[in-house]
Amino acid sequence: MSGLVGIVLVSHSAPVASAVAELATGLTGGSTTAPVAAAGGTPDGGLGTSSELIVAAAAAVDRGAGVAVLVDLGSAVLTVKTLLAEGDELPDGTRLIDAPFVEGAVAALVTASAGGDLNAVQAAATEAYDYRKT
Amino acid sequence: MLDAEFFRRWMTTTAETVEREADRLTELDSAIGDADHGSNLRRGFAAVTAVLEKDNPDTPGAVLTLAGRQLISTVGGASGPLYGTLLRSTGKALGDAAEVTREQLADALSAGVAAVGRLGGAAAGDKTMLDALLPAAESLSESFEAAAAAAETGALATVPLQARKGRASYLGERSMGHQDPGAASSALLIGALADVAS
Repeated sequence: MSGLVGIVLVSHSAPVASAVAELATGLTGGSTTAPVAAAGGTPDGGLGTSSELIVAAAAAVDRGAGVAVLVDLGSAVLTVKTLLAEGDELPDGTRLIDAPFVEGAVAALVTASAGGDLNAVQAAATEAYDYRKT
Repeated sequence: MLDAEFFRRWMTTTAETVEREADRLTELDSAIGDADHGSNLRRGFAAVTAVLEKDNPDTPGAVLTLAGRQLISTVGGASGPLYGTLLRSTGKALGDAAEVTREQLADALSAGVAAVGRLGGAAAGDKTMLDALLPAAESLSESFEAAAAAAETGALATVPLQARKGRASYLGERSMGHQDPGAASSALLIGALADVAS
């Protein structure tokens, strides 16, 4: 495996997905940033989930080291699961990550940018659940 | 025996029914969901009709898997992957036979419904489409009419239930007293099947 793990952020809202990508990139620092792509809303700009945008985003960030997909709500979760079940829609090594969307995205991108493999990216993103705010 | 043409008519009849009932589905969804179920399904099944005309799949299994793929890519809400998985899993279970029996469809539909349950992590009584689909798949081994009646009864039986899945679950007890939109649209799907068979 070479290259960095890619990150895909799937939200019901295009602005949310792209803003979280921007936030994660801004907080990552360093000289190298792993590829990240936003797949937010529907192709016509509405709220919802687009399998087309998700497939395109995953292809865009695939460097052969796996793709970590973080999602927000309901249909985003179900659509990614369904695409994974199809088997031929997403790049090999694409994984749905169970993580909080914003915090997980930051942890995933920092870890991927540092050269962490897909397991490390998954662990870092999922660990974001353990940080209690009160 | 049921051939590809029968399954095409099932899908186009569903599209017509959804078109006719879209406002009612959206109204049900505005009570406990995000008020887009009718418009989402209308867009999805219109796309199904279009792709079936263009690609002309020649087996029952191929009709359903193509229709399911189209729903996944066009609906934009949770009903897309859920109905897409239902039709694709049912279609895959039918294999590449040129014609199938009602009993074979009943078995395949049961496999499709089980796949929907796995995808959504839902079970009977959670106030979801499964409350219409599970009894429908079971009754289809008896007759098309029994399946349609079971789906309709199951959909109506979701009214007093408390939602445990999806956006409606956030409402807790306030979800009670409203019919589940997914169960309502599932009853339309099975009703269209019985219409085409009669």
